[in-house]
Amino acid sequence: MERIPILRMGPFLLITIQVDMHDRLAMQLQEDVTQRISEWGATGVLIDISSLEIVDSFIGRMLANIAAMSRVLGAETVVVGMQPAVAITLVELGMSLPGVRTALNVESGMELLYESPAAMQAGLANDSDES
Amino acid sequence: MSKLAELISRNEGQIHTDWMAHMSKSVRRSDLMDESELDEQTRGLLDALILAMKADDSLELSQSAWTPVKDLMSGISASRARLGFTPEETATFVLSLKQPIFVMLRRELSKVPDEQFNEIWKTTQLIDALAMQTTQAYISTREELILRQQHEVLELSTPVVKLWEGILALPIIGTLDSARTQVVMESLLQTVVATNSKVAIIDITGVPTVDTLVAQHLLKTITAARLMGAECIISGVRPQIAQTIVHLGINLEQVITKARLSDAFALALQRSGRKVVRIVAGAESHALSAAEGRKESS
Repeated sequence: MERIPILRMGPFLLITIQVDMHDRLAMQLQEDVTQRISEWGATGVLIDISSLEIVDSFIGRMLANIAAMSRVLGAETVVVGMQPAVAITLVELGMSLPGVRTALNVESGMELLYESPAAMQAGLANDSDES
Repeated sequence: MSKLAELISRNEGQIHTDWMAHMSKSVRRSDLMDESELDEQTRGLLDALILAMKADDSLELSQSAWTPVKDLMSGISASRARLGFTPEETATFVLSLKQPIFVMLRRELSKVPDEQFNEIWKTTQLIDALAMQTTQAYISTREELILRQQHEVLELSTPVVKLWEGILALPIIGTLDSARTQVVMESLLQTVVATNSKVAIIDITGVPTVDTLVAQHLLKTITAARLMGAECIISGVRPQIAQTIVHLGINLEQVITKARLSDAFALALQRSGRKVVRIVAGAESHALSAAEGRKESS
């Protein structure tokens, strides 16, 4: 079965969405993300949607859901690399994703995660060793 | 081949000369178009007309035989629209062909009044249809022009400028309607991606009034930018506008607003970890004394 890979980068999870999202895939992703957060004790989730060109209300809600679920599990979510057209569509759909943090690219998204309270609490800083 | 086509083709030279001679000064507009060009146009049109008449007796412009004539007419009319002819002048140009043909028909068919009337009627119908076509083409050329200009104005009125590394400014002049918001939003978001900017300042000094609709459009733009990871600051809020916003009950609490562009820029610099400082005193006095030294020496 098709799955979206979840990569582990230190204390964070990196998810790159590169295929067309459909319902089953999204549900599977939600399940996998929550599983991995509790398994690895992740403090941050970074979702890269730079190759996502079409978006609908379902995907918007899925992003918001993942963010909410992660927050419950004590991890911060950052969505990065949203395309202008996608942003406009989401706004037109009335979805401003209030609980989701955003960044322009993976790099600035990572910075945000390092600065997040969850990461701070876990004693992480930009220059920490990854043991 | 109809009688009319035959007669016109036989008398083509004469008709052309008459046409040129009868074309009134105002239609000719020698200030916009020179004689040789006009000569070429009239000759081309007559030739095409005769050709089409020979091919098709019905004289219906919708027939395929008339396509070259129509194309030629559209071309002439479009070029005239661009040169600055009025629609009246353009239509009269075609209509003035009536007289020479009528004169010719009167001369040729003076013995048979019935036939004469028939041919004249046919000619009138044909030339009227052509004139109609010309006006239509003229108007559509003008409309294209207006549309293009509108588009250009829209583009011009929404520049996105880079103030500093990672800081954009978007001065909005004029009222924000939904069409403009779309353009503003698109150009802002595209520039945010292209320049990798984290802060965008939307300056509304040039926006005459801010009502609920404009505010909603602004909030849309800001939300879209936020979704992409860029923060927006609104600047240039005039006292009157601040009053209106509060009176209308518009909620701008989740947006940072500043009175002046400079304040917003200072904040944007601060957010990106920069600040502007005065050049150190030593260097300044050095420059000053150097200037004084020059003054003394002169």
